[in-house]
Amino acid sequence: MASLLVPGREDYGLGLEETELRLGLPGGGGGEGDVSKNSGKRGFSETIDLKLKLHTVADSKEVVMEASEKMKRSPPSQKNILPCTNDPEKPPAPKAQVVGWPPVRSFRKNMMASHSDKGSKEAGEKSSNPAAFVKVSMDGAPYLRKVDLKMYSSYKELSMALEKMFSSFTSGNCGSQGMNARDFMNESKLMDLSNGSEYVPTFEDKDGDWMLAGDVPWEMFVDSCKRLRIMRGSEAIGLAPRAMEKCKNRS
Amino acid sequence: MSEDEDGGGGSAKSRGGGGAPPPFSDQVLEIVLENVLQFLSSRRDRNAASLVCRSWYRAEAQTRRELFIGNCYAVSPRRATERFRRIRAVVLKGKPRFADFGLVPINWGAHFHPWVSAMAAAYPWLEKLCLKRMSLTDGDLSLLAHSFPNFKELSLICCEGFSTAGLAVIAEKCRHLRVLDLIEDYLEDDEDEMVDWISRFPETTTCLESLGFDCVGSAVNFEALEALVTRSPALRRLRVNHHVSVDQLHRLMARAPQLTHLGTGSFGSAAAAIPQGGNNVVDLMSTFAGSKSLVCLSGFRDVAPQYLPAIHPVCANLTSLNFSYAEVSAEELIPVIRHCHNLQIFWVLDTVRDEGLQAVAATCKDLRELRVFPLDPTEDSEGSVSDVGLIAISEGCRKLRSILYFCQQMTNMAVVTMSKNCQDLVVFRLCIMGRRRPDHVTGEPMDEGFGAIVMNCKKLRRLAVSGLLTDKAFAYIGKYGKLVRTLSVAFAGNTDLALTYVLEGCTKLQKLEIRDSPFGDSALLAGLHHYYNMRFLWMSSCKLSVRGCMEVAQRLPHLVVEVIRERDEDDDHEAVEKLYMYRSLAGPRNDAPPFVEIL
Repeated sequence: MASLLVPGREDYGLGLEETELRLGLPGGGGGEGDVSKNSGKRGFSETIDLKLKLHTVADSKEVVMEASEKMKRSPPSQKNILPCTNDPEKPPAPKAQVVGWPPVRSFRKNMMASHSDKGSKEAGEKSSNPAAFVKVSMDGAPYLRKVDLKMYSSYKELSMALEKMFSSFTSGNCGSQGMNARDFMNESKLMDLSNGSEYVPTFEDKDGDWMLAGDVPWEMFVDSCKRLRIMRGSEAIGLAPRAMEKCKNRS
Repeated sequence: MSEDEDGGGGSAKSRGGGGAPPPFSDQVLEIVLENVLQFLSSRRDRNAASLVCRSWYRAEAQTRRELFIGNCYAVSPRRATERFRRIRAVVLKGKPRFADFGLVPINWGAHFHPWVSAMAAAYPWLEKLCLKRMSLTDGDLSLLAHSFPNFKELSLICCEGFSTAGLAVIAEKCRHLRVLDLIEDYLEDDEDEMVDWISRFPETTTCLESLGFDCVGSAVNFEALEALVTRSPALRRLRVNHHVSVDQLHRLMARAPQLTHLGTGSFGSAAAAIPQGGNNVVDLMSTFAGSKSLVCLSGFRDVAPQYLPAIHPVCANLTSLNFSYAEVSAEELIPVIRHCHNLQIFWVLDTVRDEGLQAVAATCKDLRELRVFPLDPTEDSEGSVSDVGLIAISEGCRKLRSILYFCQQMTNMAVVTMSKNCQDLVVFRLCIMGRRRPDHVTGEPMDEGFGAIVMNCKKLRRLAVSGLLTDKAFAYIGKYGKLVRTLSVAFAGNTDLALTYVLEGCTKLQKLEIRDSPFGDSALLAGLHHYYNMRFLWMSSCKLSVRGCMEVAQRLPHLVVEVIRERDEDDDHEAVEKLYMYRSLAGPRNDAPPFVEIL
């Protein structure tokens, strides 16, 4: 099983200056993804605190996104890969793409990209893996979004994307602005959260069971996840033991 | 039910404008005025009339039937509905145009909900709604469907947030629906939960005149669609999505020979193989021959070239042809286009190359609007059309009014030629895809070309520039572009002077969108005298600072100055990455997401 050491896990023990939107990470100590070591509280330990730190999504996504027919628009937060030079004499570097340039509507770009997908299909080969679209809902948000899990390579990337998607609905809900990760480790603190404003990411797997996201290695998660729901912490409490049991059964 | 929901007597109470009711004689005059003003349709004329005096203001407010809101944040729904009490049609626009290119983060705003809520209370007789770049949910559509018993026309352009579930409610509840046009919307669609909305239209004869769903990603129930078309005798415009195969299209056309506008869906077969050799094409051709009223064709999403000849019978009647999703070569285009003498609007991909454009120029003498899109919309793509094609078009299509042209290389000479040949140009949008690319023959900036456009095309209202441009180009624009209302600038200019020229010179400027150009605070401040006359200003990746933007916000209290920050404020708290500012009677909006700071 691949290790799910995610940058920022080091912060876990040190305490974060800023609370970050993150999905639960596996393993308490130096676990190599051995899920049986998970304890119930771990699932909540690094729960999402939608404190709306907007992170940039990996730049390479733009190319992948345009190949996907259903992708709705280019991620708006991508950095310019090419530094914007003001020297008119300097020719632009080849092959580097800039967000929103040339100014062809994302809608049209997606249509044309799906053409080239079809082209490769007819040729009998598919260059990329099929997309893994799942619906994402968040309690309290008026509508759903869809994400292609294949676009991301880790829980952290996914969580950053989700945070951006739902940021406007959480602005009023982050009462606990000053919390750091250390607080989450404390189980009694967890109880206090039960009526609070915290959210946890959960997903429905192929069996139809709802689990906490973050328990399993990323690839396994992508394969088994059918939909995502960002639940209020109060409602997700019952999930942890089930998740733990299921993980125990798996390992 | 009477037209006039306010009734007769006691109408003085219901008049907008507030204050004590005017004396009786004035009321009579107002009624007379209303009877006259109801013939005034242009909103600009109405705006002018409303400024004459209070009486005219009231009369105009009572007689306005169409409400146009160019920026949904410029006025609150309540204020709009309080002033105009008898609106039947609303046009509402939301996000800035650069949102189409991914420059505006998701969840920025432009929510339809507060508007539909206000209108549900104020305009029970609402008939038409057109939304552009708004964010709306299925719940909003449901509220719409339930609130307006006489609702007739819904157009959604570049909107997002709703799904087929919302469409189903519209289909089911809006029994007088004549128009349902979905144009380049992003539906929140889910394969598992796709709703068969086509089946929800009334089972009786419908009054549908226009149905367009080419942007809906999921397949519709074809049998239901066919039945719907059959029982919609008034149907004139039908645009299906790419899931409709050419065989299915055939059947639909047979049911609706009276169509004037057709969006063909895929125009290819689902199965790659073509059964029965050429017979299919012959059958299809005779079906087209039977559609004698067709004037507008679009779609062609997966066009199989062997089917193209099927449209020959209608080409001579076509005024509008949209091949912009069809990878058609010059050889495939020429047999089609040479029949299209009446064509006025042509959208095409650059796969037709300069040669294809030459064929267009040779035949389409009446062409008014041309759009040439890139198959490969990247900076370093091959580039299949060039200055050659542009010159050909300018020589053949003298009546051209609007052009959008994507290319990789261009010359000043070609642009100057077009400026002289096409004096009717109102819209000139040239996109040289490689950033800051000079004239590929002379190596010079593209200043002279764009200068000629503003100088020679006296009717020019919309301009988009590209290529290597110095401040000089903007001096031209400021000096000659006196009618320009919309200007788009990207990767251009050297100094603040460029923007200053524009802000000082273009007296009719209403919409200005700029990206990646070296304009800073002093240029921004050069426009203070003009910003209240504009709908909006967008500047991204320029050289603005918070201080400059703050000064604008302070000096112009009725301007909403939004700073959009997407990344962590690691280095520069002073720099403003994205600025969007607009005049507003409503003040700072209360639905701004956390990444928007209103100064």
